[in-house]
Amino acid sequence: MSAGPTEELETLFGDYPLDKAFDEMRESTGEVRPHYRALAEALAKLPQEELQRRKQSADLSFLTQGITFTVYGRDEGTERIFPYDLVPRLVTAAEWDRVERGLTQRITALNQFLKDVYSDAKILSDKVVPRDLVYSCKHYRRQMRGLQVPRNVYIAVVGSDLLRVGEGEYVVLEDNLRVPSGVSYMLTNRRVMKRTFPQLFHSYGVRPIEHYPQLLLATLRSLAPEGRPEPNIVLLTPGVFNSAYFEHTYLARQMGIDLVEGRDLVTHDNVVYMRTTDGLRRVDVIYRRVDDDFSDPLIFRADSALGCAGLFNAYRAGNVTVTNAFGTGLADDKAVYAYVPKIIKYYLNEDPILPNVETYLLSEEKERQHVLANLDKLVVKAVGESGGYGMLIGPKSTARQREEFARQIEANPRNYIAQPTLDFSRAPCLIGNHLEPRHVDLRPYVLFGDKVNIVPGGLTRVALEKGSLVVNSSQGGGSKDTWVLEN
Amino acid sequence: MLSRVADSLYWMSRYLERAENTLRQLDVTMGLMLDTGSTSLEERWTRLMSALGRPEDMEWNGDLESMARDLVFDSLNPLSVTFAVNGARENARQVREEISSEQWQRLNRLFHQMHSPHAQAQFRTSINDALASIIDGIHLFKGVSDTTMIHGQGWQFIRLGRYLERAYATATLLEIYQPHLLGEHERDHSGYQYLEMVGLLRCCTSFEAYCQVYTADVSPDRILEFLLLNEDFPHAIRYTVDGMRDAVNAIQRTGGRRASDELIAVIGRLQASLGYTTINEILAGDTAAFLHKIREECTRIHDLIYRYYVQYSIQSALAV
Repeated sequence: MSAGPTEELETLFGDYPLDKAFDEMRESTGEVRPHYRALAEALAKLPQEELQRRKQSADLSFLTQGITFTVYGRDEGTERIFPYDLVPRLVTAAEWDRVERGLTQRITALNQFLKDVYSDAKILSDKVVPRDLVYSCKHYRRQMRGLQVPRNVYIAVVGSDLLRVGEGEYVVLEDNLRVPSGVSYMLTNRRVMKRTFPQLFHSYGVRPIEHYPQLLLATLRSLAPEGRPEPNIVLLTPGVFNSAYFEHTYLARQMGIDLVEGRDLVTHDNVVYMRTTDGLRRVDVIYRRVDDDFSDPLIFRADSALGCAGLFNAYRAGNVTVTNAFGTGLADDKAVYAYVPKIIKYYLNEDPILPNVETYLLSEEKERQHVLANLDKLVVKAVGESGGYGMLIGPKSTARQREEFARQIEANPRNYIAQPTLDFSRAPCLIGNHLEPRHVDLRPYVLFGDKVNIVPGGLTRVALEKGSLVVNSSQGGGSKDTWVLEN
Repeated sequence: MLSRVADSLYWMSRYLERAENTLRQLDVTMGLMLDTGSTSLEERWTRLMSALGRPEDMEWNGDLESMARDLVFDSLNPLSVTFAVNGARENARQVREEISSEQWQRLNRLFHQMHSPHAQAQFRTSINDALASIIDGIHLFKGVSDTTMIHGQGWQFIRLGRYLERAYATATLLEIYQPHLLGEHERDHSGYQYLEMVGLLRCCTSFEAYCQVYTADVSPDRILEFLLLNEDFPHAIRYTVDGMRDAVNAIQRTGGRRASDELIAVIGRLQASLGYTTINEILAGDTAAFLHKIREECTRIHDLIYRYYVQYSIQSALAV
């Protein structure tokens, strides 16, 4: 394999900029990293027309499979395909090993934290995490106090967002412990990539991820209530208007379980049933893709028609397992996030394998003053939000926006945190007919039943707009396949 | 299976059958309009609308091409093909996990075809080709449904929807056309009468099948006999009613905790009235009333399907 850049490579790279952000494919000297070489050469050898043809065929495949998300507010052509980049992101075996161990450690600790907070609350008595912080969290559910959860598993399905900073170190940006989505894109991206670059895929020795639905099913089965050896497992969706509806149908089909909506369920004597053509059938495990607030109008929001009245009482009675448990949003609150390293130390007596991003808590007087003085350099986030909403990106903000945020922070400091603007890693994307670097994150999917299981890979999200740091699909992000290499 | 899912599959199937029926009838009507018989364009159009069940919805305005285009593409018009395809896809989208990927992709392609500028352009250059290619899409979907989906309850609800919609549409078609078919005609030597009769058969894709049974000797009473009483032709009403009975039996067999006596009785009576009657008996009586009764029975069957499988009360279900 020749190390020197060939003419074809130069055309492919065009004027590919390299600066202080870590580049997934190229060293700061411009040289292609060893594990990316075969990929770069294969792309460079491919005639332009052929590359474009493969791109179009991949796009068409997404469209006819209906892998689309809904664009709200327009009546015609409201479905768009989730933008997709053909150049895979490569992760070496050594990198993955660290990510896997780090996430296993983190999820184990967070689960113990939830168990503790909803029972004896030792960590609060020991003043490791401030009591105020927990009880003022809007995702704290007092109804969960003292409730026995099957196998003590609160968070069976997790998607944590990782970034690479500095010299390529993986850090955790946030944990999604409520209803993380995107796993169907991980799976369909892989299927399309295998069809688009079959030889390349084969030659790279990529670890498989296709068994995720099977693992998910096994996880759900392991959490069934006692005495239900053949549990009836269902996936609860808010319905066809939810932006992740495609994913719900996809997972239900891949697992061979029923996809139910709230209106399919009834409770009677604290048992949940679903309405079938043969009458009522008992439900044992619910993989819930509906937020806490909308799950049971008797306990949570009374104006919600998406859930099932009586569900929580059936859950409390132990007649049905609902996963993830209610109230898990407490542990992915962005202010609680700042304490996760301490939480890991407290329960496991280990140092965190994957570090956090430096985080300022605005309820602390000193940190707040520092942040308010440096709003133009920092990223401010509302603690209970996700999906890129409720965010201020300092360097890209206007003075007006900063004033507005400063006012909101003063009014309710507990509701905000701040982080430095991160120069997180960029990966090459096919833009037009050459490669350009774009910022990427990585969301691996963690399953927790009998034990922690992580399929090698995850969803690599891409900020497709030049220079953009926001990868969320609701804000113009796309995705690419993630290849974890055997060795 | 979930009641809501059964409901969606049933309607997905009905909508597609409806789309196909509309396309075929439009195609035949426009073909007949080319010949200068005694029937005016307006009369033909009104007859088409009546046979589609909504005579008041689209009144003749003299511009055939634009009316035909609306009947195919106007997604806001409940009579239109696009409306039906949208309905089918919307139902399918709610049961993505129940149908096969192949089915979904087929239907999705059909949906995108209906909404593509290309389809409208093709419609301008050759209406027949445009209609044929949409019908092809529907046929492909049906073929894929039969070969890629497990033939369990879901598939039976698809059949139930298909046969019920078809029985109703064929009964309506015959009811509307039978006065012209059986009415007093001067002995026709010009061939227009022949074209009319062949057209009616073509509305049910049954011209070739008819010829295999009766030869090309077309006559009104035989057409009625064929489309009403034939046991082996999939568009004949008797065949579709037999199909409904099969589907309900299969649904009962695979689930069967709940009795559906009344549903089986209504279908059974309809089967008997088609199975043990001759065409001469029907023609000697009130043919229009006979056809109308079939439509009423179809409506009743639909209501009973809902009562037994979809919208039963919780109390009645817990009592089982």
